[in-house]
This record gives sequence, structure tokens and C-alpha cells, in this order.
Amino acid sequence: MKLFKTLLLCTFALGNVFTAHANDGECQKHLQSYNQSIESNTNYQSDFNELVCRLVDASYQEKETLINSIVASENNKALLIIESLKSADLFYNKKNGDVVTRKKLENGKYQATSILSNEVLGEFKKRTLRKVGINNNLRRTINGLVAELQISSNDVSLRESAAAELLKSAEISALPLLEKALIKEENEKIKEILLTARALIYLQSDDQLARIEAIKFLDGSLYTETRNGLHAFLNRAKQENNGYAKVEVQLAQKTLDDINELMKLNGVLENVYFGVALGAVLLLAAIGLAITFGVMGVINMAHGEMIMLGAYTTFVIQQLMPNNIGLSLVVAVPAAFLVSGLVGVLIERSVIRHLYGRPLETLLATFGISLVLQQAVRSIFGPLNQDVQTPDWMAGTFTVNAGLELTFNRLYIIIFSLLVLAALAVVLKKTLFGLQMRAVTMNRPMASSMGIKTGWVDALTFGLGSGIAGIAGVALSQLTNVGPNLGQQYIIDSFMVVVFGGVGNLWGTLVGAMSLGIANKIFEPMAGAVLAKIIVLVAIILFIQKRPRGLFALKGRSVED
Amino acid sequence: MSALRPKHLEQEYSLYMDGVSVSFDGFKALNNLSLYIKPGEMRAIIGPNGAGKTTMMDVITGKTKPDNGTVLFNNTTDLTQFDEAAVANIGVGRKFQKPSVIESLTVFENLELSQKGGRGIWQALFHSLSTQQEQKIADTLELIALSDKRDELAANLSHGQKQWLEIGMLISQEPELLLIDEPAAGMTDEETMKTAELFKKLAKQHSLVVVEHDMDFIAALDCKVTVLHEGSVLAEGSLESVQNNQQVIEVYLGR
Amino acid sequence: MTISQTQSPKLGPLATLLVGDKGGQRLLMAIIAVAIIFPFCNLVFSPDSIFHVSTYTLTLTGKYLCYALLALSVDLIWGYCGILSLGHGAFFALGGYAMGMYLMRQIGDRGVYGNPDLPDFMVFLNWGELPWYWFGFDQFWFSMLMVLLVPGTLAFVFGWLAFRSRVTGVYLSIITQALTYALMLAFFRNDMGFGGNNGLTDFKDILGFDLQSSGTRNVLFFASALALALGYLISRFITTSKLGRVLVSIRDAESRTRFLGYRVEHYKLFVFVASAMMAGVAGALYVPQVGIINPGEFTPINSIEIIIWVAVGGRGSLFGAVIGAVAVNYAKTYFTGAFAELWLFMLGGLFVLTTLYLPKGIVGWVKHIQEGDGKAAQWLALLSHKISNISFNKGA
Repeated sequence: MKLFKTLLLCTFALGNVFTAHANDGECQKHLQSYNQSIESNTNYQSDFNELVCRLVDASYQEKETLINSIVASENNKALLIIESLKSADLFYNKKNGDVVTRKKLENGKYQATSILSNEVLGEFKKRTLRKVGINNNLRRTINGLVAELQISSNDVSLRESAAAELLKSAEISALPLLEKALIKEENEKIKEILLTARALIYLQSDDQLARIEAIKFLDGSLYTETRNGLHAFLNRAKQENNGYAKVEVQLAQKTLDDINELMKLNGVLENVYFGVALGAVLLLAAIGLAITFGVMGVINMAHGEMIMLGAYTTFVIQQLMPNNIGLSLVVAVPAAFLVSGLVGVLIERSVIRHLYGRPLETLLATFGISLVLQQAVRSIFGPLNQDVQTPDWMAGTFTVNAGLELTFNRLYIIIFSLLVLAALAVVLKKTLFGLQMRAVTMNRPMASSMGIKTGWVDALTFGLGSGIAGIAGVALSQLTNVGPNLGQQYIIDSFMVVVFGGVGNLWGTLVGAMSLGIANKIFEPMAGAVLAKIIVLVAIILFIQKRPRGLFALKGRSVED
Repeated sequence: MSALRPKHLEQEYSLYMDGVSVSFDGFKALNNLSLYIKPGEMRAIIGPNGAGKTTMMDVITGKTKPDNGTVLFNNTTDLTQFDEAAVANIGVGRKFQKPSVIESLTVFENLELSQKGGRGIWQALFHSLSTQQEQKIADTLELIALSDKRDELAANLSHGQKQWLEIGMLISQEPELLLIDEPAAGMTDEETMKTAELFKKLAKQHSLVVVEHDMDFIAALDCKVTVLHEGSVLAEGSLESVQNNQQVIEVYLGR
Repeated sequence: MTISQTQSPKLGPLATLLVGDKGGQRLLMAIIAVAIIFPFCNLVFSPDSIFHVSTYTLTLTGKYLCYALLALSVDLIWGYCGILSLGHGAFFALGGYAMGMYLMRQIGDRGVYGNPDLPDFMVFLNWGELPWYWFGFDQFWFSMLMVLLVPGTLAFVFGWLAFRSRVTGVYLSIITQALTYALMLAFFRNDMGFGGNNGLTDFKDILGFDLQSSGTRNVLFFASALALALGYLISRFITTSKLGRVLVSIRDAESRTRFLGYRVEHYKLFVFVASAMMAGVAGALYVPQVGIINPGEFTPINSIEIIIWVAVGGRGSLFGAVIGAVAVNYAKTYFTGAFAELWLFMLGGLFVLTTLYLPKGIVGWVKHIQEGDGKAAQWLALLSHKISNISFNKGA
């Protein structure tokens, strides 16, 4: 293998012999061609290469000139090269002067890659590759130049990060660059950042008018830097007697207060978003329960395990189609519905149908089933958590304003849970099965005498509830660890949702889930996650005393008997 | 309470219901219902399903709170202020439509539990029957013809026997006012007549409100009849007059 | 009951309780026998004698006795009053914590950090002084009072709220479960001052006696047996009184009982509190024998397991609860040792099969066979005959 590689390298080198010897380095070639091009003054590319090559043995003073020339060349490699230089990642071959980056190999040697051609030049001993020297002065120069390069780059994200960098430092020295960039910039968001950065710089100026203008501009700006800048300004005003007028200090204070208010609002919004997302999870977990508990009067303690089965179904499907993680999730939804639904039908036919009218016995029997299912999964898949992957389209965030960024996966869960709820409502209200289900719930003997197979309606209702739990499992596999105990974490919360929201009412479940989710997340920053949960639990226990049948209780005679 | 009309104050009522309304989620179960029962009176209540008979009993016994209206017991006690247990202890006994006896206790124990007094926890914990009390239970057993079933579990009784046991329990409570819901259901004709006789005997010391569908039974009771319809009183009077009332006929046969 | 008034003059009150309760008589005799024989065999016979009962067996049996008392407390409310509490593990654990706090204070300055007042975990958390709710737990009498009062008070407050507003059936079950879950979360927190997830452990002695010595262990064992016997008699007293019959009528027809003039919520509250206190005593005896109490005792599963002990033994039968607790826990010890994987399958299966086929548990089943037309008994006799034949053949 190694021999083959060497041969290849040789043939490549042989092809280039018309200008140089076979063992000459790249840079020697460039320096030679430079000498030729001085006369013709035509070969710009080799001019750039030559500048880079000359970095190797230049003095620091010369290097500064060279760096400036490299940047001025507007070559697309320029940024990479000076950044490598700054971070001391730039090396050169002691023997032939090639400028390279290096990577440590397992055998202790280093692989060198030409920074100009991206070509792998082979393995070298550590000694052979020398660092291209740099000092603090050069670093500063490079910093400025990098900012300049980035801010004028064509790449939007690069420009944005450069603007953010300028905002962070807010150095007066950067002002000319900023002004230059502002003239060219057309992206609104970047422009906003640049303007804020400029205001923060003005805030440090000695010109009172400029300062006041700056403070006025900063009103409502949510960048962390804005608050830091205003804080620093107020501190300066307090400490030194530097002639800051009372008006501007007051203005600054008010602006800062306003911003803090806004940030607080942001915090609340974020908590509400998290809360709604948690509510969506609870909703998914609880809708199935609302059906089995609310419609059938069956306490299904194995409901959590139905969720777990859904999550494991997702895992298995991902194992079957490892190259299509995004698609696997889509496939997993119906698959999990079927798996959990079938298990649910099985449970109903084998156990629960013998226990109708005895809710406490159902509770115990289904608890037994939950233990069996947990152990079954533990025996098959092992006790450890399984790794379920998240597709790319679930990752990422969207920005509401400078102080508030929300993650996409939560948004998807929220939408998904509402879709499931809507679908269920349609099934219950608009389909024949839904009609039969309601008929059996309301008057079993009458439904039976009308020819409805009540046994099958029971089984399918239970299957539906379980199947939805399976779908919840798919969603949960994206948020939490998939292990045999997954279901247990959600069963109590799900029961709380149903009990709180009231039985036999999908709206109740929705409101219940959302209130619990939001309440949890509102208490969390005040009391910590565990205490928040305890508070919510105790609150529900107390609430049940006031309204024993939940928020949306059915009233009337039939309910009480 | 202050809305008492003077003409009613002149007489003493065992049960005084005036302008009572109850609604469940918009459905008016009772609509301005008024009913006045004199001490020692027996009153039969009839009416189609959903007329509000059970809701009326619920209101009297404190199970359901009325939206408005007055419910007075013995002219002074506002029954709407009390819950079921308190109303029972004040002196209102109730028999349910479905025979509701304690199935896993014996007939004797059922009667022992319903016997008046000793409702407190400590009384119950350290309770032992006096000879007098035991004799009373034996008398009641005799009255309801269940002496030979004394130590039988209530669950093992026939439907009619359960009805009788429940009536026995009601008597053991020694209430002043008895509310009885369909006592004749599931009884043989002979048992029905015996029940009617028993009620007539009871009516001498108690006030009785009997809800029943069985017209023969009501005829045997030979008392004033009130017809309920859609939560209020449709007609009141003797069985004969009520049966000839045009409105009543429409409600039962028309539509 | 009829029995009590016809026979009471001749017999003492204790005997009155057990007249007609053959199962109870046998059970009490068995408990007394175990309470005497086990410690005797442990102390008198040398370890190589076949009559020797090892300290391990003693402690294990002591644990079962505590579980039996716990099962009794659950049977009292579930079997007799129909309240399915999924939170009784919490009362057990609270009693255990009260005892554990006493044992912690007994360690004194013999802990790792040698602080005379603060338990090790508080020193570790840099706590300056003992929190107020730890005061008094250096006194045995106070701690024992708390063993009763803490679970009792919680049961009172919770029950008062729940029963007053007529939370019944599965709703009550679910909120009792939420209660124990909330307590578990709370006790896992270090800030609570109960040792966080490590709980309370490394106990040294009780009333000055070394917890590791076999003498102390035998006394604790005896105390557990005594507590179980007492618990049985108290439960028996409650269930055979008129109050017991009110409880049964609440179980069977709650609203009927109300219309008879009984304040259902008061009765429920009484039996709930009594039951919680019994569970607390069971926990307090359990902790010194196993040497640790941690928040794991609050897990909802534990509470549900108690229910299955009672269901297997036969709810509504006091000695059934005791039999169920011992039987299921013996099976658990055996199977988790021999086939750990199988145990959860078995426990799960037990839940399902008991509710489907043995609604009255072992006791009900045996009764059914005895009262049946003899077919089942014959079949059983045949079966046991066959089994003994098989085992004989194997032996030969």
C-alpha cells in the first residue's frame, strides 16, 4: 500500500519535471515561477502562492506586510491561512519550505497537507515540520484583518458571525471597519447587529450627543452585549467624574430597565413555550388514557408500557432502515400505532373484558401486565437505554428575537400532538366506529340489541387508546431515553392530566395537559424541577378535593350513581 | 325561608317544599316544584320517567342542593343546609328504587345498623346491643316476615325479600318522614297488597311519600296523589280525579 | 355480631374476639410459636445443629412479619372499607424514617465525621445545625410517638380532604399514588434533610443495644411478632365491632350507608388513620432489622405490591392478608435469588391471575373447596396424591 502510494507520488512528480526537479517542494516551484512572473507580471495566482511561501522565513515585520498583502489579494484561501497562522496551526517543511497544516497520526508521525493545494504530502517526523512563528502584535493585526475579511465576505453566515464578533468586542478601533461594512450591508439582521455595535462604541465616546443618540438607539435592543454595555456605562457614570450628564444617565437607566422588562417577558414566553411543549408530551401520553379511562371506565396501568412499546417500535424501525432516519420516524408512527394497538386489543380480549364494572380489579390486573411487558422488553432488548436517533429536520432553532431562540423539535411535538388530538376527535365524532363507541359507552344493552358487537367495540376502543399511546412513544423517543422504564415516568403524570381535566372529555385532556405542562415550567425556575413537580402534584391533590370529577366534569344524575 | 306565605304558616307541615328548582347543565330536573305533606299524611307520587321524582327525593335528603326554593322539615328545619347523613338523623328515611341493602351483612346486621342512634365512631366501635334493642330487631323481623332469615346474608334474599328488608331498615331508623321509591317493584301481588297494608299502618305515626308506577298499589294505598311532569306538579287530588284529568291523560298517553 | 353478645359474659374480651375465627386462632398460635421458637433456636443451638435458625433467616422472617403487619393495615381499609390506597408504602416509609431518625441520632459522635449532633450526611452537606424537625428524635419515646403521629397526621389531613369531598374509587387510588410519588420526589432531595437518595443508614444501636448483636436481633424479631399479633387483634376488634359492619356497608353501598345516617367520611377517616399508623409501626420495626431506609420505599410500585399480597391472601380476611404477605414475599425472596429475570413475570402474572381467577384470594379458594360439593376437594386430593407419588418415585 505504501509502496503504491509512493509510486503514485513519483509519477505525479515526474509529470511536473519541466520546471523543477522531482524532489523539489511546492514552494520552491512557486518561488521560481515568481521570479519568472516578475517580468511578465501576469500570474496573479502564483503571486499569491509566493506570498504565502515567503511567510516561512520572513521577520515579524515582514510578516505583517505579507499578511496585509495576502488579505489584499482577496484570494479565497486568505482567511484560512491567516486564521491558521493566528491559532499556530500553520507549519512548514524544514527541507523544502512547503506551507502545510498537520495532523497527528497513530504512529506518532504527522500527516502534512498543503494549505495551498489541499494535497496530502505524506507523513513526516515531528521535527521536519516547523511552526510558522507568530507574536501578539501579529495576532492583533490578524484579528482586525479577519474581521475585515469576514465582514466583506459573500457568505451571509460568515458575515453574521463577524458582526456578532464586532458587537462583542465593541472596540473603538473597529469603528472605521464597521462604517465601511454598514455602507455595503444589505441583510437587515446583520445591519441591526452592526448598528447596535456602533451604538455601543458611541456609548464609550466623549461626545455627549453621540452617547445620547446611542442610548436612544439601544432602546429595546435585546442583545446581551447591549445590557452589558449599558451596565458598563452606568458604572462609569457612577465611578468617575467624567461629566456624564444626569439626563443621559437617567435615560440609560430607563433604557436598561425597559430592556430588562423585555427580557423578563422573553423568559416568560420561553417558559410558556417549554410548558406548552411539555403539555403536548403529556397530552400525547394522556389522550389514550382519556379514552380507556374516560370512555370505558377502565384504569389501564399498563398504559405507560404502551408508550414504551411505541418508543421501542421506533427503535426497531430505525435499526431496519438505518440510512433513512427521517423516513423511519414517519414509518414508525403507524407501526407503533399498530404494535401498541394490537397489544391493547390482546390485553382487552384476554383480561380486561372479564373485569368490566370492577375498576379497582382492572387497575391491579393491568398493573400486573405492565410488569410483564417491562420485563419482556428488558429480556429482549436488555436493561439499558436504546439509542434512537433524531433526524436533521428535527434539530435546530428558530429565532424570535435577539433574546429568544426556540428549538424546532419542541415545535414539532406541539404540532404533532394537536394533530393526533384532532384526528382522534374526528374518529370519535365522524366515523361509524366512533358512533358505535359512544353508543356502547352510553347504553350498552341498547347498543347490543341494535346489533352492535359490543365486545369488538370494547376491544377496538381499548386498541385505539393503546395505539395512541404507541404514537406518543414515537414522539417521546425523540425527547427522552428509550428504556424499559420509559412508561413508568409518564403514567402518573398522564393520570394526573386525566383526573385534572375531567373524564370523558377530550377538551378536558387538552386543557389539563397544557395547564400541567405550563404550571410545571412556570414553577421550575422558581423552585427547581423536582420541587416544581411536587408543587404541581400537591396542587392537583388539593384541586381534586374541590372538584372531585375534574375540570370538565359531566354533571347530572347518571354520573353520580 | 323568609318567603313563607302566611297561609302556610297557619298549618304545620311535615314536609314543606316551595318553588324548588334544580338544573343539570341547562336541563331543568325540577321546575318550581311545590309539595306540602302534613304530619301523618301518606302521599303517592306518580309521573312518567324523567318527571323529577328521584331528583325531588335527592333534594329532600340533602344529596342534591336546589338552585332555589325552600325545603322545610317540621316547619322549622331547612333541609337544604344539611347533607345526607344529617338529614337521615333529623328524621327523614329513604328507600331506594333499586333495593339497596348491605349484601355482605346478614339480615340481622342490616337491621342492627339501621337501628336509631349510635351513629358516632366511638359509639359504633364500643357498641353492644341491649336486650331492648335486640327485642326491637326481633319485632321488625316479625313485621317484615324475615324472622327465619335472621342470619342469612342479605345477598341471598329474593328481590321481594330485599324490598321488605329495606322497608324494615327504614322502620328501624324510626324516621318521622319516609320517602319510598317504587316499593312494589318485583313483588308478587300478594306481597304488594301486604306492603300497602303495612304502609297504611305506618301512616298513623309517620308521614309517607311513596313514588310508584303500579296503579293497583296506589289504589290500595287510598291516599292523595300528586302527578309530576317535567319537574313540577301537574295535578293533585284523589286517584280517581287525577286519572280523569285531561292533562294527565295527555302526558301519559299523548304525544 | 351475634356471637359477641351471646358468649361474652363467660369469656375474656380477648377470647371473645377470636371466637368463631378459626383462621385467626391458628394464625395467632403460629405467630406466638414462631416468636418463641425462632429466637430460641437461634440462641440455643449451635450453628451446625439442624435445629439452628440462622440470624439471616431470623432477620428475613422478621421482615416478613413487618410486611404482614403492613398487609393487615391495607386489608383493613381495602378489604373492609373498599378504599384502595396506592400510598400505603408512604406511611410505612414515614414510620421507617421516624425510626431511622432516632437510630441516626443514636450514632452520636461515632459517625465518620465524629460530629456529636449532626448525622454524617448533614456534615457532608455543610449544614451548620440540626434542622428543627430533627429535634426530639434523640429520645426513644418521642420517636415512637412520631412513628404513630407522622403517618397518622398525614393520613388525617389527606383523608380529611379527600373523604370530605367524596373522592372515591379509582380517583382516590390515583391521588394516593400521586401522594406517595410526590413524597418520593421530596425525599430524594438533599435539601429535605433526610439523607437524599442514600437515605438513613449505618445505624449503630437502639436503646444502647448493639443492632448487630444476635440478642438485639432476637428482641426485634420478637417485637415484630408481638406487633403483628397486636395488630391482628386490633384489626379484629375493629372489624367485628359495629364500626366494622359500618365499614363493610360503606364498601358495599356507600350512599346507602349515608342515608342510614352514618357520616361515611368520619368512618373512612378513622380507619384510614388507624391503618396508616399500623403501617407506620410496621415500617419502624422494619428499619432496624434491615439497617436502612431510603426514598426507594416510597416508589409507587412498592405500594401496589402490598395490594397484591392482600389480594393473593384474600382481601376482607385478616389472616388472609398475613398469609398473602408471607407467601408472596417468600416467593419473591426465592425467585429473585434463583431466577431473577422470571420474578417480574411471575409477579405480573400473579396480579392478573389473582384478579381474574382468585377474587377472594387463597383464603376464599380454600373456603370454596371446603364448602364446595366435594368435587374440587376430590380433585385436589387426587392431584396431591399424584404429586406425592411422583416425588416418591423420584426419591426412589
